[in-house]
Amino acid sequence: MANIIELKDIDKVYGEKIKTQVLFGINLEFEEKGFNSIIGESGSGKSTLLNIIGTLDKPTDGKVFIDGSRTDTLNKSELAVLRNKTMGFIFQFHYLLPEFTAKENVLMPYRIQNYNITEEIDNWADELLDLVGLTKVKNNLATDMSGGQQQRTAIARALINKPKIILADEPTGNLDSDTSETVYSILRDINEKYKTTFVIITHDKRIAEKTDRIIEIKDGKINMDVRR
Amino acid sequence: MDGPSNLDYEEDIVQILIRGFNIDDADKIYKIKDNLYQGRTPQGKDEIIIGRDLSIKSGLKIGDDALIITPGGGNIRLEVVGLYDLQVASINETWLITNIETAQDILAIDDKITSVEMQVRKEFDADIIAEDLSYTLSQANLQVDNWKDQNQSLLSGLNGQSVSSAMIQVFVLVAVLLGISSVLAISVVQKSRQLGILKAMGIQDRDASLIFVFQGLMLGVIGAFLGIALGFGLLIMFTKFAVNPDGTPVVPIYINYGFIALSGFFALASATIASLIPARISSKLNPIEVIKNG
Repeated sequence: MANIIELKDIDKVYGEKIKTQVLFGINLEFEEKGFNSIIGESGSGKSTLLNIIGTLDKPTDGKVFIDGSRTDTLNKSELAVLRNKTMGFIFQFHYLLPEFTAKENVLMPYRIQNYNITEEIDNWADELLDLVGLTKVKNNLATDMSGGQQQRTAIARALINKPKIILADEPTGNLDSDTSETVYSILRDINEKYKTTFVIITHDKRIAEKTDRIIEIKDGKINMDVRR
Repeated sequence: MDGPSNLDYEEDIVQILIRGFNIDDADKIYKIKDNLYQGRTPQGKDEIIIGRDLSIKSGLKIGDDALIITPGGGNIRLEVVGLYDLQVASINETWLITNIETAQDILAIDDKITSVEMQVRKEFDADIIAEDLSYTLSQANLQVDNWKDQNQSLLSGLNGQSVSSAMIQVFVLVAVLLGISSVLAISVVQKSRQLGILKAMGIQDRDASLIFVFQGLMLGVIGAFLGIALGFGLLIMFTKFAVNPDGTPVVPIYINYGFIALSGFFALASATIASLIPARISSKLNPIEVIKNG
């Protein structure tokens, strides 16, 4: 299968005066439609790696290819368009806009590029909200939902533009274990139904064991890469 | 027709100023008829009106004869037919208003006048108009004067007042600018997480900053309308409650629509300019700074 994400010799150094290197020569590829997890202790560099994949951060050295095109040389405006079209983000905190309803939040990434909401996209938003089990509360304000509902809204939001890649940084870090299970099974369903590539950062080994591939980062290097 | 004279009454002799007017024309400048609180305007010969203060001081009332000592030394008796109050004590005390013939008689000038007074619409252009007039007349024996030259200290007082009011306006504008700017800057910080996720989702930096420009613009629109409405409200209250005994407002109200529009425009412009700083902060915001997951 073709690689949708390719990282070549990625180095990342933070700081100007006192330099701290967090990533050392990372070489990594992710196949299309894969369901991958990255594990590692805090400070190991896994979030930095995900931010580089997500073009939110730039590597100090090395090349990043997303869907076949190089991204570390693009400007901020081109990156914004690329992120909007090809990637969905799920973070530990949902970052929903509190002034808007669940459905409006879900439509937000589409709104960024398109002014009008077509009937097609409206139905798609409803379908996604149904998929994450929020049909009943879709017109609630973001603040009038439980933590699990908010995180599921964030998942639906990540999917609205039908991205090829979903990047999730501790998506269940803030949820109890039952809700975490639900969220993971939703992510798995999406992966199977829409063939979306997933890269999930987690510190929960039980969750990681359910993924197709586990990559462990230790001290800025790949310590372990297991496929099942 | 002007000239000094003396008024002789029982206790004292005071200096007065005979002012012989073409009454109907002078009324347009001095509003004599409006300010007459007793009697009528002088119509026939040897009729005069005197001011409130002079009337109180000398005890002269309507129908009394005032004894005038002319500059030539003669005595003339004139009938008081009305009392006026021009609301300036020095005028009320000294002016003896009569018609031109009477004044010519007293001052012993035949068929001549001493001055022509005129009122101009643009009062602050009086000096320019006077200069024009003097040029047009080109008569060496005519002296053209204007209120601005005659009242230098008043003029500098007025000038100082308008400068200080302009200063106040400028500083209020600066304060408003800083106020709006800081409110929006705080709002950027408060909304930084939402801005961060919007940027991660692919919003352009330009659009992220436009959010705050629009917010500033909206604040400006609301502020301008509220300000104008409040201004009108206060104005109406002022005209209703701060009134003279006769019911007219203490300060006559004059509404300048152009100035109101200008103020509204300033409110809008200052709010928009004030929003540029937070807009810049928003544009510079880096999503990873905000979305940190430890």
